[in-house]
Amino acid sequence: MLSRRLLFAAAVVSGVGAVTPASAQNEQFIPMLSYRTGAYAVNGVPFANGMHDYYMMINERDGGINGVKLLVEECETGYATDKGVECYERLKGKGPTGAAFVNPLSTGITFALTEKTAADKIPIITMGYGRADSKNGAVFAYNFPLLGTYWSAADIAIQHVAKELGGADKLKGKKISLVYHDSPYGKEPIPTLEVLAKKHGFEFTPIPVTHPGVEQKSQWLAIRQNRPDYVLLWGWGVMNGTAVKEAAAVAYPRDKMIGVWWSGAEPDVTPAGDQAAGYKALMLQHGAGKYAVHGDVEKHVYAKGKGLSEPAKVGEVLYNRGLVNAMLGVEAIRKAQEKFGKKPLKGEEVRWGLENLDLSAARLKELGFEGMMKPVKISCADHEGARDGRVMQWDGKAWKVISDWYTANQEVTEPIVKDVSAKYAADKKIEPRDCSKAS
Amino acid sequence: MVLFGQFLEILIGGLLSGVLYSLVALGFVLIFKASGVFNFAQGAMVLLAGLALVRSLDLLVANGFPFWTAIILGLVFAGIIMAVTAWLVERFVLGPLVNQDGLTLFMSTIGATFVLEGASQMIFGSDVYPLRLFPTDAWFLFESSFPGGILVNKLDVWGGLIAGILVAGLAIFFQRTKTGRALRAVADDHAAAQSVGIPISWIWFVVWLVAGLVALVAATVWGTKLGVQFSITFLALKALPVLIIGGFTSIPGAIVGGLIVGAGEKLAEGFLGPHIGGGIEYWFAYVLALAVLLVRPQGLFGERIIERI
Repeated sequence: MLSRRLLFAAAVVSGVGAVTPASAQNEQFIPMLSYRTGAYAVNGVPFANGMHDYYMMINERDGGINGVKLLVEECETGYATDKGVECYERLKGKGPTGAAFVNPLSTGITFALTEKTAADKIPIITMGYGRADSKNGAVFAYNFPLLGTYWSAADIAIQHVAKELGGADKLKGKKISLVYHDSPYGKEPIPTLEVLAKKHGFEFTPIPVTHPGVEQKSQWLAIRQNRPDYVLLWGWGVMNGTAVKEAAAVAYPRDKMIGVWWSGAEPDVTPAGDQAAGYKALMLQHGAGKYAVHGDVEKHVYAKGKGLSEPAKVGEVLYNRGLVNAMLGVEAIRKAQEKFGKKPLKGEEVRWGLENLDLSAARLKELGFEGMMKPVKISCADHEGARDGRVMQWDGKAWKVISDWYTANQEVTEPIVKDVSAKYAADKKIEPRDCSKAS
Repeated sequence: MVLFGQFLEILIGGLLSGVLYSLVALGFVLIFKASGVFNFAQGAMVLLAGLALVRSLDLLVANGFPFWTAIILGLVFAGIIMAVTAWLVERFVLGPLVNQDGLTLFMSTIGATFVLEGASQMIFGSDVYPLRLFPTDAWFLFESSFPGGILVNKLDVWGGLIAGILVAGLAIFFQRTKTGRALRAVADDHAAAQSVGIPISWIWFVVWLVAGLVALVAATVWGTKLGVQFSITFLALKALPVLIIGGFTSIPGAIVGGLIVGAGEKLAEGFLGPHIGGGIEYWFAYVLALAVLLVRPQGLFGERIIERI
């Protein structure tokens, strides 16, 4: 275990997290903002390992993307916005063509970088997080909240609650509380939940928890008094495990708790032991488990001693999310190469690749992601690309998928997206693009 | 009646939470009382002690040791780690800084914080490690008087009992033992203590060792509550208002300060929070601390410092 940490330390210090020697002029630079230290490291580490291992696998197995090697450099943000901005500024110009894109891995950093990345013409990928209004690519040309925004997540969560209750009409008069991380991330679903509460007639109560969330007694005593029918959890890091434990302490049924996809990983439930059994969480399409892509990662990365994760953790929820996130970026570069040539590309060229990314079921099978996720098609008007999710439940030892697929209802989310993004465009004096003319 | 029941439940829960903050605050008080140094590294010491305990415990259990034997051996191992840490701090951080002013010593503990945080995660891992030493379920009291009863968490009660035993033990140590009196002499004046033959290196080693063992005790309770993980270091920030209120030099003050902070922040969150958006308990503790600073700058139980000009 120590040697793996030393391997990681050496990779970070040398600034070559996932690359083999290559011609400097034929490398595509990818900055990798991560958090392996601090309050959120328990979640940040497996995610970063998944991303690192996928980039490494592309270099080891394929020799890069069409011969263009990936040059990856990690930068530790500690999930702090100021450090995230600093990392971005330090790395954005590296490599022969600058950063291909940036994955901030934090909604706070996303908010801070949105204007900067647009000015620098570097796409910002926020898979399953970030600002939900940036789904509107006409206004947010460089933001890509791929696979699902928090507004989609909120709608999927309420769809599942309705299904458990026996229909949307049964939501009327019910009480649903949102226990959320008091940060831009945690606040994101509130507008959608307010709209849904009005539409379905349930009572909605948001309950903030201050960073990092080690103390939640007041919040859970309030829940004990109020007895909501369901509690939605929008936490991160230590907040999730603490919430599950506090719920157990006040005897709130765990099977009436539904976490967002950032509140549904192994580190969120293992500290609570048996008390976490029954707890549910949304899936950002994928869950835990191994698929064809894991075989390639094990063969081309771990068999050569170059993987960063403990082997037993390969296939955990957040590791898999790192794989998916890295794959989407790689495929965007591959798509952009079709138009701009098989060479290192600039950020604005990769932006085109993202906006025209179309991963069919057949292509996902080729990539080894069949069964992990559904097809994704990005467009100018839809930078989210897909808004599908399922629900899984912790049985005390493992996550079990307990629902069919849900698709977020755009009739609910789209008016909010249009309204909020139009206000943003007016504030920032952005002329929205005409998506019918985008190519 | 329902409102009174809610008030009572939050008050009791807050008081007991406050005692858990006191467990961390005690480590600060010990070092400040004995050496005049505000030890910024106390939170990191709780993390180090917790990681040493839980990782050794996991290893011993995996190798077939009976649970209680593993706990004892794990505590001994963690105690040894804290002793080594105390020696290293004295030898390489504080020892070379004898007779320097308090701010210099404080800055050196900030450096020690980062080294301890990094080293402990590098050696023992940065995952979240479950620790189950105390029961975490709850009692429901007075169910006949209040609907649903008054919830009291068993872990919090255990924390209260442990804090009580610690305070009694430390009070005896400081008041009744030769080493304890020497610690107080060093705190008053390093040079004067040295001139009367008190071995300052030894005294600083002892006090950092005792603070390390207090950190280990805090880690057993907080580790059971949260799982042993990096976030435990944030408890240092929860202990700060406790120290300001109770006074940096008073062991009973750390307990009283903890009770005030715990009850105050929980009642504020429960009754004031819903009207102003919630999420106020974190800063409300500092509002309480500021209020005390205005009235008694040395804290409720701190020593009034009178200096001749």
